[in-house]
Amino acid sequence: MSEVKKFMYLNRRAPYGTIYAWESLEVILIGAAFDQEVSLMCMDDGVYQLVKGSDTSESDMKNFMPTFRTLGDYGVRHMYVDKDSLEARGLTQDDLIEVAWEDYETEEEVDNIVEIVDADQVAKLMAESEVVFS
Amino acid sequence: MKLAVQVNEGPYQHQATDSAYHFTKAALEKGHEVFRVFFYHDGVLNGTRLTTPPQDDRNIVNRWVELGEKYDLDLVLCVAAAQRRGLVDDGEAERNGKDATNIAPRFRISGLGQLIEAAIQSDRLVVFGD
Repeated sequence: MSEVKKFMYLNRRAPYGTIYAWESLEVILIGAAFDQEVSLMCMDDGVYQLVKGSDTSESDMKNFMPTFRTLGDYGVRHMYVDKDSLEARGLTQDDLIEVAWEDYETEEEVDNIVEIVDADQVAKLMAESEVVFS
Repeated sequence: MKLAVQVNEGPYQHQATDSAYHFTKAALEKGHEVFRVFFYHDGVLNGTRLTTPPQDDRNIVNRWVELGEKYDLDLVLCVAAAQRRGLVDDGEAERNGKDATNIAPRFRISGLGQLIEAAIQSDRLVVFGD
């Protein structure tokens, strides 16, 4: 399968409380094997999926935040965060994890692929995507 | 047009599964190709043959089975989601030492790669869920 499409994974749910966030993360991990052009978009309560310092030790839930930090190694090139969603929840970029990315062939490196985008950019990025997983 | 359909919610609890069925049926009747219907999250519960709705209600599982038979539809349950929720075919029963199966005819259990492949191969991925 040589065709490369622009994939967007759209995450709109809180990380815990329902299984959507965890099972959506599993799609991203499996999708890495297909070498597509991949971005992640977090909006609504989905912005909580990138908040650092979560502690699930007393809730009997697996903490999958460490996996989010490795998404750059799973072919995710951009991790977008909707500005309005972030601000509505009193959060800033300082509250979010940093995720590094590196192209092992070209040795191009990006320290942090987590990027805040406004509503116009969200719409544009979605329109440019050929497949939106949600 | 070649379509892939993803169903993210369980039957009866949520309209998504009804909408997905009616969309898929209408698309096929209009002559479009449906490459695959992929069931994820609680959507895998669409694939248990043990469902017994009241007689005056629609039978969501049988509806998929009949549509599958008529159009030779590929109805796929995600294996990880299915294992969590107790959806079992012969292979899964064997592998995981289960004493029963419950998968409906025409459905099969396979990996998430089937969803990614369907998205790549199709002109559109249409997702049903919240």
